Amino acid sequence: MSLTMRIFTASRHGQRMFGTTGARMLAAQKAEPKDIVAVPKGYIYVNNKELSMEFEDITDRAATTMFFGELFRGFAVTLAHIFKEPATINYPFEKGPLSPRFRGEHALRRYPSGEERCIACKLCEAICPAQAITIEAEERADGSRRTTRYDIDMTKCIYCGFCQEACPVDAIVEGPNFEFSTETHEELLYNKEKLLCNGDKWESEIASNLQADHLYR
Amino acid sequence: MAPRLIFRRQAAAPVFDGKLWRHVCSWSSSSGSNGSSSNNKNKNSRYKCDNVEEEQQQQNNEKLRCKPDKSNARRGATDDSRQTTADSQQTPTKDAHRAASLPANANADADAEAEVEVDDDSDAKRYQARLNLKSFRARKHIENMIRAPLVKALGALGSPTHQIASRAVRTSAILAQTPAKAPEKIEVFVDDIPVMVLPGTTVLQAAAEIGVEIPRFCYHERLAVAGNCRMCLVEVEKSPKPVAACAMPVMKGWRIKTNSDLTRKAREGVMEFLLMNHPLDCPICDQGGECDLQDQAMAFGSDRSRFTDINYTGKRAVEDKDIGPLVKTVMTRCIHCTRCVRFASEIAGVDDLGTTGRGNDMQIGTYVEKLFLTELSGNVIDLCPVGALTNKPYSFVARPWEIRKVDSIDVLDAVGSNIVVSTRTNEVLRILPRENEDVNEEWLADKSRFACDGLKRQRLVAPMVRMPNGELQAVEWEGALIAVAKALQKANGQIAGVAGQLADVEAMVALKDLVNRLGAEHLVTEQDFIKGSGIDVRSSYLLNSTIAGLEEADAVLLVGTNPRYEAPLVNTRLRKAYVHNELQIASIGPNIDLSYEHQNLGADPNIIKDVCSGRHAFSKVLEGAKKPAIIIGIDLLERADGAAIHATIAEYCQKLKKPNWNAFNVLHNSASQVGAFDVGYQPGVQGALQAQPKVLFLLNADAGKLTRDQLPKDCFVVYIGSHGDNGASIADAVLPGAAYTEKQAIYVNTEGRSQQTHPGVSPPGMAREDWKIIRALSEVVGKPLPYDTLDELRSRLTDIAPHLTRFGQLQQTDTGVAAQATPTKSISSTPIDVKQKELRDYFMTDAISRASPTMAKCISAVNKQQRLDEATKQSAAAI
Repeated sequence: MSLTMRIFTASRHGQRMFGTTGARMLAAQKAEPKDIVAVPKGYIYVNNKELSMEFEDITDRAATTMFFGELFRGFAVTLAHIFKEPATINYPFEKGPLSPRFRGEHALRRYPSGEERCIACKLCEAICPAQAITIEAEERADGSRRTTRYDIDMTKCIYCGFCQEACPVDAIVEGPNFEFSTETHEELLYNKEKLLCNGDKWESEIASNLQADHLYR
Repeated sequence: MAPRLIFRRQAAAPVFDGKLWRHVCSWSSSSGSNGSSSNNKNKNSRYKCDNVEEEQQQQNNEKLRCKPDKSNARRGATDDSRQTTADSQQTPTKDAHRAASLPANANADADAEAEVEVDDDSDAKRYQARLNLKSFRARKHIENMIRAPLVKALGALGSPTHQIASRAVRTSAILAQTPAKAPEKIEVFVDDIPVMVLPGTTVLQAAAEIGVEIPRFCYHERLAVAGNCRMCLVEVEKSPKPVAACAMPVMKGWRIKTNSDLTRKAREGVMEFLLMNHPLDCPICDQGGECDLQDQAMAFGSDRSRFTDINYTGKRAVEDKDIGPLVKTVMTRCIHCTRCVRFASEIAGVDDLGTTGRGNDMQIGTYVEKLFLTELSGNVIDLCPVGALTNKPYSFVARPWEIRKVDSIDVLDAVGSNIVVSTRTNEVLRILPRENEDVNEEWLADKSRFACDGLKRQRLVAPMVRMPNGELQAVEWEGALIAVAKALQKANGQIAGVAGQLADVEAMVALKDLVNRLGAEHLVTEQDFIKGSGIDVRSSYLLNSTIAGLEEADAVLLVGTNPRYEAPLVNTRLRKAYVHNELQIASIGPNIDLSYEHQNLGADPNIIKDVCSGRHAFSKVLEGAKKPAIIIGIDLLERADGAAIHATIAEYCQKLKKPNWNAFNVLHNSASQVGAFDVGYQPGVQGALQAQPKVLFLLNADAGKLTRDQLPKDCFVVYIGSHGDNGASIADAVLPGAAYTEKQAIYVNTEGRSQQTHPGVSPPGMAREDWKIIRALSEVVGKPLPYDTLDELRSRLTDIAPHLTRFGQLQQTDTGVAAQATPTKSISSTPIDVKQKELRDYFMTDAISRASPTMAKCISAVNKQQRLDEATKQSAAAI
């Protein structure tokens, strides 16, 4: 392990080790690489610099080329990464962390009594910048205000989260689910049934996310 | 004893002593009529309104006039300190003026009668208001508000003596209204901008003149001033307190500050109080998005809340009332502006709504469980500044921001009310009135407002042809047009057309052109009218006094008509004139409730002769009037002796004519009628039947006046129209047309005003605009009509009658000249009747309203209310 660490360190600091041998001797005389064109005052030239033609620099470059310095440094990086922990995760078996504010698939929530929350105030429909939401409402038999139709065109939706921000009763939310790809376009035209079903399915996650974020809302 | 209801109406007088009475109308129950009247006598309270400036009072030295009021809000032991103030300011010497303004005998009579007949109105004579007013305008305003109950009280007693008394009051009123000198304008400053206004102008009106809008809830231009919401408080320099702008007349040199710190603070305070009890249910409130309280809370309310206790349970909660199938109530949202109460009692003339309780316990309602059934009930929805009264059929349907609004014209009666059609996704959701001073002011009758759901039901969506087995079968347009064309070619010129109630002028002209090209001339309207030369002169079938003009009339005779249901917005004008202008109204026909006092002369047609020959007592009234009017119902002229009645009245109206005033009026009830006469249709289906047609066109003719039995056996009936109603059921070919919300079409109202509808939605299914159907048919028949676009058709209309395309304008008819048709027959003695006597007759009169479920609900509600009333009466009788 200590060997690998040393190789890794060497590969990271190789430039300094190789490049500073001559430089240490001629540090005082070392000239800055020149800009290719005259740079007006107040500007910084960011393109390629003109190569230094000092003898020492020419020797350094020749040595690097001759001994495949860059090649070995590359090998060293590769070698080191073999022993490192991988950055990828084994999706779909592993999943990364999600913020409680993550805006994924939409869901319509219910009250604990089972009554749907949505009261058809149509604020989400009004605020939706992509006009993805369509609501129709009428009086339910018990006289309460409910939707008869609540459609979201998920292919129009831009997942801005304005709908859940507009909702006065936390009925429409963007849940943590992001895996809802389908094979056809039609399957992404969600209706009220689908959205309520989503709500039932994700209620515990949605509730905990809302709880986690409630101080900031 | 059952509690007796006294509807207290406090005259809404601008008050000059810096105090503002509560002008709310409130219910009071007192135990027994005798007891209450004696009580009232003891508590005979008087108030007077003083000018602030005593000097001016001296100078003007106007006759102080008594204003007996029907009611007094400050009666009873619980009266507040204002009463004391008013009493202490009172000068007892002015009492004599009461007698001065009324003829002594009339006054005594009225009092004596009141002693015997105890009646609600007898309260009116107990109260005197003495107003010393600086200006004509303010005085007129107050008289309008105050004298009406007195005249009513006198008229209600009904004896000839009291009619004289009533006339005496009226005469004195007219005299008093004549200004001694032209009022001088006074200068006030609104936000340091000088503005010249007439004396008596309120602060709110003065501010409006320079475009400064003062927030208000209870104030409404067309209703009496109540001054109870306090939202319009503004600061006036040198005034110790903010003043209520809606009720306070300006004084010379006042500096009104509509945006000062004090004003803003006052508004914020009022808003806080309003919101304290107002539920936070905007998301489920139908008013959300078009709510005065929402808007004004945003504009004038405080930007932060002091309402920290979120568990506060002290918000007022009020039980909802069931006041009918049209208006939904959520009374918790009510802010007690009393606009609905004032509308019901002032405009609709139905004292059904009132307030109970006071302070925080105040409630708007009907006191006893009762439906608010009137033909104008929908207007309280528009008036309500919050969501307490909302549109029941429209409830929860749409938000104001998602609907499209199209300005249009109503065609369900002949008034031609201006409307706004709200649509969404090709569906008419609701209909609102649009302001037009000349036609409907800002009101709309219930049928026009709520029958719009009939536009979605019973619609004809595909052309149909009757099959040999007798059933109508849907076919393609091509097949239907060819079938009709074949019949037309076979008909050999034996063709007739009947235009119904909802037919537009374009379609009627197109049909007339087509029928004429095919060599026939028999084009008639379903509605009958007098025959012969009656329709040659336009003024013989118009409401010549004009709808707005009726407001100025001072004597009106209704002959065989019930304007309340035939043209509710004409009736509101008559009522307005009755309340504000001392209009005297008499009717010949059945005794019906017109929402105002009127003299029923009887149903015998010979009374017409009596009146028109000057023998009748009411002739004197008509002849003595400055602007008399006789309104004839169109249905009366359908009678066999209609021509004689028409001629008799027309002749009499010649006598009554005044410069720029024509007393002769015909009140139509179908929107197409005047337009049809204008383009040359003849009245009555008999004309079409006499032609023994082989092909009969029914253009929206749904009244059921034509039956299959009357027609020749081989007659091919073609129906063009929007609804599957009487017309379509007898047709051999049905060509689906567009309803009035689906086409751009011209209608001419009963006063001859041409107006056009605009399409809000497209016709359903394969239905097309009526004139296009006829145009297409003409092509198939081989006699193409010379117009392809609406513009070309309209230029043809302009050729026939130029006024048809001058929208909104009224063509001046020959003043005072109605047609001189010689009476062919004498007037028969069949009693005069009207078709729409009660509210239940009002709701379904045409194909659209017959298809409307809301209208059906209205009729069942009226029936239910009647059953309830009868049950109450029976149980009362049993006790």
